[in-house]
Amino acid sequence: MISAFMQKKYLQFVALLVIFILLYQTIGPAENNLLWRLPPLIQAFPLWINDSISYMMFEWWPIDIYDPDIEEYEESPLVREFTRLVSGLILFLIELIREIMLGGAKTIVTFAGWDWATANPWAKMPGLPWTVIAGGATILGYTLGGRGLALFVGLSMTYISVFGQWEPAMQTLSFVLVAAPVSVFIGLVFGIWAFRSKTVETVLNPLLNMAQIIPHFSYLIPVMVFFGIGDHAGAIATVIFATPPMVRLTLLGLKKLGPEVAESGMMSGCNNWQLLTKVLVPTARRDILIGVNQVIMQCLAMVVLASLIGAKGLGIDLLIALNRLDIGAATEIGICIVLIAIILDRMSLAWANKQTDYFPDQSFSGRHKYSLIFAVLFVVALGLAFVGQFIFPEGFNYLYIVPHNKGISIAIFLQSGVDWIWDTYFFALKGFNEWLIISFLMPVKAAYLGMPVIATFTLMMGVGLIVGGIRVALTVGGFLLFIALTKWWDRALITAYLMSVSVLVSGIIGITLGTLCAQNAKSTRFILTYCDTFQTFPSFIYLIPVMMLFGITDTAVVIAIIVYASIPALRYTVEGLLSVPDTLQDAGTMAGVNRVQRWLSIELPMSFPHIALGLNQTVVFALSMVIIGAMIGTDDLGQLILGSLSDRNGVGNGLILGICVACIGLAIDQILRTWANQRKQALGLN
Amino acid sequence: MQFKNTLIAGAAGILLSVAGVAKAADSTKPIVIPIHNWSSQVVMAHVIGGIFESMGNNVEYVPADSQAVYESIRNGDVTISHEVWQSSFGGSFYNAMAKGGLIDAGTHSAQTLEEMGVPTWVIDENLCPGLPNWEALKNCKDVFTTVDSGGKGRWLEGPQSWHGTLMEERIAALGLGDDYMVKFAGGASSLWAELAAAKKEGRATIVFNWTPNFTDAEGFTFIEFPEYTAGCRVVDGGDGSCGSPKGWLKKAASYKFPKSHPAAYTTYSKISFSTSQIGSMAALVDTDGMDHKDAAAKWLADNEATWVAWTK
Repeated sequence: MISAFMQKKYLQFVALLVIFILLYQTIGPAENNLLWRLPPLIQAFPLWINDSISYMMFEWWPIDIYDPDIEEYEESPLVREFTRLVSGLILFLIELIREIMLGGAKTIVTFAGWDWATANPWAKMPGLPWTVIAGGATILGYTLGGRGLALFVGLSMTYISVFGQWEPAMQTLSFVLVAAPVSVFIGLVFGIWAFRSKTVETVLNPLLNMAQIIPHFSYLIPVMVFFGIGDHAGAIATVIFATPPMVRLTLLGLKKLGPEVAESGMMSGCNNWQLLTKVLVPTARRDILIGVNQVIMQCLAMVVLASLIGAKGLGIDLLIALNRLDIGAATEIGICIVLIAIILDRMSLAWANKQTDYFPDQSFSGRHKYSLIFAVLFVVALGLAFVGQFIFPEGFNYLYIVPHNKGISIAIFLQSGVDWIWDTYFFALKGFNEWLIISFLMPVKAAYLGMPVIATFTLMMGVGLIVGGIRVALTVGGFLLFIALTKWWDRALITAYLMSVSVLVSGIIGITLGTLCAQNAKSTRFILTYCDTFQTFPSFIYLIPVMMLFGITDTAVVIAIIVYASIPALRYTVEGLLSVPDTLQDAGTMAGVNRVQRWLSIELPMSFPHIALGLNQTVVFALSMVIIGAMIGTDDLGQLILGSLSDRNGVGNGLILGICVACIGLAIDQILRTWANQRKQALGLN
Repeated sequence: MQFKNTLIAGAAGILLSVAGVAKAADSTKPIVIPIHNWSSQVVMAHVIGGIFESMGNNVEYVPADSQAVYESIRNGDVTISHEVWQSSFGGSFYNAMAKGGLIDAGTHSAQTLEEMGVPTWVIDENLCPGLPNWEALKNCKDVFTTVDSGGKGRWLEGPQSWHGTLMEERIAALGLGDDYMVKFAGGASSLWAELAAAKKEGRATIVFNWTPNFTDAEGFTFIEFPEYTAGCRVVDGGDGSCGSPKGWLKKAASYKFPKSHPAAYTTYSKISFSTSQIGSMAALVDTDGMDHKDAAAKWLADNEATWVAWTK
């Protein structure tokens, strides 16, 4: 009897559910009942964090810095001077790239100082005409990926220019061109390190989750104080957000390699470094490249948020347009962001996939064909830009740069498209919205809020116990305990409610759609492009139509989260199904499976670890949208994080609130990851 | 430590006294002006930047979050913030000032009002007879209910970070507690989305808003609550049964600004825009569809008499 219970997991789950319901029913709301709510014992913790952070930011180890502008010595903490040094370096790189593309005086100022630059206003970097950059990118696209890529790059660059978005787009590009390589590099280093050492992997995992989940608004002010405001701060916040997937996928790729790969390398007499750079990393290229793709997507996804801490470019223009409800203009800018993302992604993929040619004895012109074409283009485009000065009226030289606001705009059409959707579906959706809120969302929310704390702990720790044993149960309990001891448990329950509803729907959408699309190559490519598009298309843009259609309600929040959070479920399902070995498929065919049987007994179980990872990422994505939900109007943790921006003790509150959000994610991650690993072992995938 | 500090203070003192004689001109380092996400603010940023440039200063614009910017000002990374709205940013402004590093550089002459109100067509169509007088609200909560408001009329407030529980207290104090509830929007664009959606639907709505604002053009009427008197709010010890005061629009500056750019700071402290001037700056962009920089250039050209006086 007992041994049957121990073996049958579903019996254990049923028992857990019964206990949960009993606890839920018997314990009612009571002020002082510890089983209902725990006392906020670490209430003072945010204040303490706040004080220690502001101590570190403003007082710890002060050194005297002479400020020539105000001609006074000022005390500045050492940490801040160090972080400022880092930001100076990053800013220099960003501005160097930016001024090559757009021109400006900052690079010269870095060396010569403002006094000299003001006295010599001629000393500016001349920007390149847009034709040179667009043409150059097209040639690069051709050398890397052939005609198709060249066509795509050329058209996209022309679109950006003709629509008058060139200047902000290049500003954005220059900061992405710094943030993305830095993220890739850091990601590779940490991924390899984690591959080498189990300890590093164990320590790194929760940190990575934390970095991905903590809403950016939680660390906005600390980043601004330490690194200053500007493109560098935006780049640093972006690196924090974009690196985790790179680390993860590097590690995943390296782990998947069989021992024979390393052995063959060692037999050829590789030393450690050679083994790594010549054997392991190139063999794990496929997963590492997905990592690079993710870095680029995350970087572009951060463009709008980075503009809140000073990143110039498309982000701020988009926010301004949205604040006037100019969805047409905002969409135009959004398309530019997506185009930049796809260009960078496809070019980096093509570059990594390119085989080195080993043709001997080529002539000079043969070897340098493309450089020569570029040189010709450069001269011609410069000439055209020069001529352009004289042919265009009103002083706008369209062959040099199409000024902002002077390009073509299809904003009106986009806007009327949005209006049309609104006109057509508004009343149909209104009924649906009312039904959803009254009969589903509000009851679920009430159910979450009516849950005694002991019941929540029992359920979550119970699942942890059944899935992974006592260690997992205790870890999950630890994360929950942290939230329960702050004064924000109820708020966290609301966040959990929004998150679980969205994850449920996103998971269903992602797995179903992913399975359907993985059936043939064309739809697979389509759906992956869709994923890239919606991962980088700023969520702020569809926030407004969603708000207009569904009002300032939880429906709007949930839908906004689903659009974004279903992406990883979709992507990982497709990737998982594609990774099912052909031999297994053949074996299935020989055994005479039909389509449904194949899906149920071969594909789904085999790709389960991938799908579980996808669901894990869905949770992460959903939680990272909490702050976006707060911008619609919620009463969960996100709203408090937004509020912490203007709060006197905001730094501490913001961070602890962010950690609370992360704890929810970490608890679920613990369970899902353990489960996926077990399945992997059972399937012999490890 | 004590000795070191004295030494530094002494050295700084000497340097200062030398500088006091020698230095009259502004530093060539750029004056950093923040860009937020509403039109009048962006145009005004470029107008003020243009004024500084006409005096020979270098100017740099940096996008920033409108709440978080005050921390940057007090750290000296951003030099000014030229549109400090009392009710939305008063909290952040005074917090930064209390921590030190941010100074109050005067107030614009513009009179602002930040209050709950309804789109004017709600009054024109007489959806709630008696508005804009607040007592009318007693009889028409049904017009303002929404699906998730629990049968009560809904007030759509700005984010909770703007005025905390002010509106909830007001509802209770006015005896409207059984009929109305407060929903916090996530940000300004939520408010505009609600206005647009309500108009489309022909549904009445009570929304927090302010003037001067671009919504003035569409027609927006503020509800007339009992007049504000000093100390009438709950936080000030009153019962909360009063409306909003006529608000101020301030200018903030970093503590370094007067020292590093004395001439520019003097001008900045004199700058004072009126309601109609702010409206005209926003209209150049919102109505005429100009680029923010072009709008600022046009405004500077059209109003030279106004701003040149400030630079003298």
